[in-house]
Amino acid sequence: MTVSAVPSEASSASAAPRGGGVRRSVLRRVAPYLQAGPLALALLVFLLIPILTIVAVSFWDYDSIRIYPDFVLTNYEELLTSPVTWKTYLNTVKFAALTWVITLLIGFTVAYFLAFHVQSTTWQMVLFLVCTIPFWTSNIIRMISWIPFLGRNGLLNSGLISAGLIDQPLEFLLFSDFAVVLAFVHLYALFMVVPIFNSMMRIDRALVEAARDGGASAAQVVWNVILPLAKPGIAIGSIFVVTLVMGDFITVRLMSGGQSASIGLMIANEISLLQYPAAAANAVVLLAVVLIMVVAMLRIVDIRKEL
Amino acid sequence: MTGTSARRGLSFYLLATFFGLFVLFLYGPIATITILSFQGPEGGLTFPMNGVSLHWFRNLFEQQAVGDFGGSFRRSIALGLTVMVLTVLFSLLAGFAFRRRFLGSGALFYLAVASLIVPSILVSLGIGLLFNILGIEPTWYGSALGAHLTWTLPFGLLIVFAIFNRFNPAYEEAARDLGATPWQTVRHVVLPILLPSLIGVGLFGFTLSYDEFARTLMTAGSFNTLPLEIYGMTTNVTTPVLYALGTLTTLFSFTVIGLFLAGVMILRRRRLRRTGAAG
Repeated sequence: MTVSAVPSEASSASAAPRGGGVRRSVLRRVAPYLQAGPLALALLVFLLIPILTIVAVSFWDYDSIRIYPDFVLTNYEELLTSPVTWKTYLNTVKFAALTWVITLLIGFTVAYFLAFHVQSTTWQMVLFLVCTIPFWTSNIIRMISWIPFLGRNGLLNSGLISAGLIDQPLEFLLFSDFAVVLAFVHLYALFMVVPIFNSMMRIDRALVEAARDGGASAAQVVWNVILPLAKPGIAIGSIFVVTLVMGDFITVRLMSGGQSASIGLMIANEISLLQYPAAAANAVVLLAVVLIMVVAMLRIVDIRKEL
Repeated sequence: MTGTSARRGLSFYLLATFFGLFVLFLYGPIATITILSFQGPEGGLTFPMNGVSLHWFRNLFEQQAVGDFGGSFRRSIALGLTVMVLTVLFSLLAGFAFRRRFLGSGALFYLAVASLIVPSILVSLGIGLLFNILGIEPTWYGSALGAHLTWTLPFGLLIVFAIFNRFNPAYEEAARDLGATPWQTVRHVVLPILLPSLIGVGLFGFTLSYDEFARTLMTAGSFNTLPLEIYGMTTNVTTPVLYALGTLTTLFSFTVIGLFLAGVMILRRRRLRRTGAAG
């Protein structure tokens, strides 16, 4: 954001002496606040204050009927001393890690192909669009579209049976951790492809030429030139994928058939049972964990340079 | 960029195959349910096809027991369009603000980025709790609208930043030197140049809102939006009517993208023609 301020700063400075009247200069000084106002107001009312509400309610007391303003630590105590919580966190982190590794491999390979192996700009844009279009359809529809593929009598099982590779349908395909991770990859691979592709398109092609002229093999170019320069894109994609998976509940519920747990699902269940203070305490811990993960990723790369 | 065909070695074909498999992975399942939505009346959720018919599409509109499909669809469209307009307006205005330094600009930027990182269910829970405590009834056009904006505005803002970074301020200076007022400069110079990108921001806003589930969960009040309706169906409907719904909504999404792309294309062509005629 400060980057974008630089060129216009110069132009507004050159125009300032011509600006007539005191009223004009007051308007000029107030303008940014009026312009940023709607955005700031929307985020304050619908993001900051609600989050503060969650923090406050996480210390409230509750019974089966309603919630009471109070200051108790029991919600956190119950949450953090329960082995279920720790197991659920571990499971959620496992989903996030698996999805991250797989989407990173896919995202890097696809972006590398588009950025460095497809030569014509038109084809680059066409193939890029082909990748992004499925992203615009409903997530839930994309999840249920795996049912006829993975089910007991699904395409994959009947294909494998008729090929003689197995003689019993594989039960682990649908309603399992496998299905959950597969759906995550299907839903979020694009969040990796787009930022990495964006980073790669900014890489000066002369650097690649120079490395090649210096005798680097294709693998060495990828590892020593492209990978380091694509790091900001990788960081942005990773932040998206990890935060989306950490907070998810619907994919886990639908694709595991209720057999797996995640933090998001735990919170959603507590909400449906009207245990709001417990859900709030859980949400505060989740938010802290996600923020720690994001800060750790930002430590490795400075993404502000990208904007 | 030179010697292209000479370099098309084994690695190109390996990568192209990988890309092809990725596209198949993206489209395969959706194609499968599209085919299966034309199942005959006796057909089930998986292959083989038991005849071909439009039975399940008719079923979708007849069977009122499933829920309020038409109403939720209309609400989602109305909500999506409102979110779209507000996203374009708010993020464009904020984009102008961020071109200068102002007090709190850093904090606002980090708040916008935080909005992307905060898990959706937290936004839902927070707004639900806040409205609960204040005693305000949540509605799809009030609290859900706000919840959706926390998701679409940061995206809109980041896109607007990217647009302004590539924007050449020399155009504005030229307009000013020719005696244009600030408003005239924005109206006749800046906005026409930004228009295609703003359509992109709008498309983003609409589809993000149209598909949003988690942020709508606790904020929609007593009337469902389409994603909530679809979610309800996935848990209690076990016929291909689910696939018919999937086919229709996917078709609708593709139509929207098509319309937006066509709009951008027409704008670009018109500008080319105009600049061609002028110079």
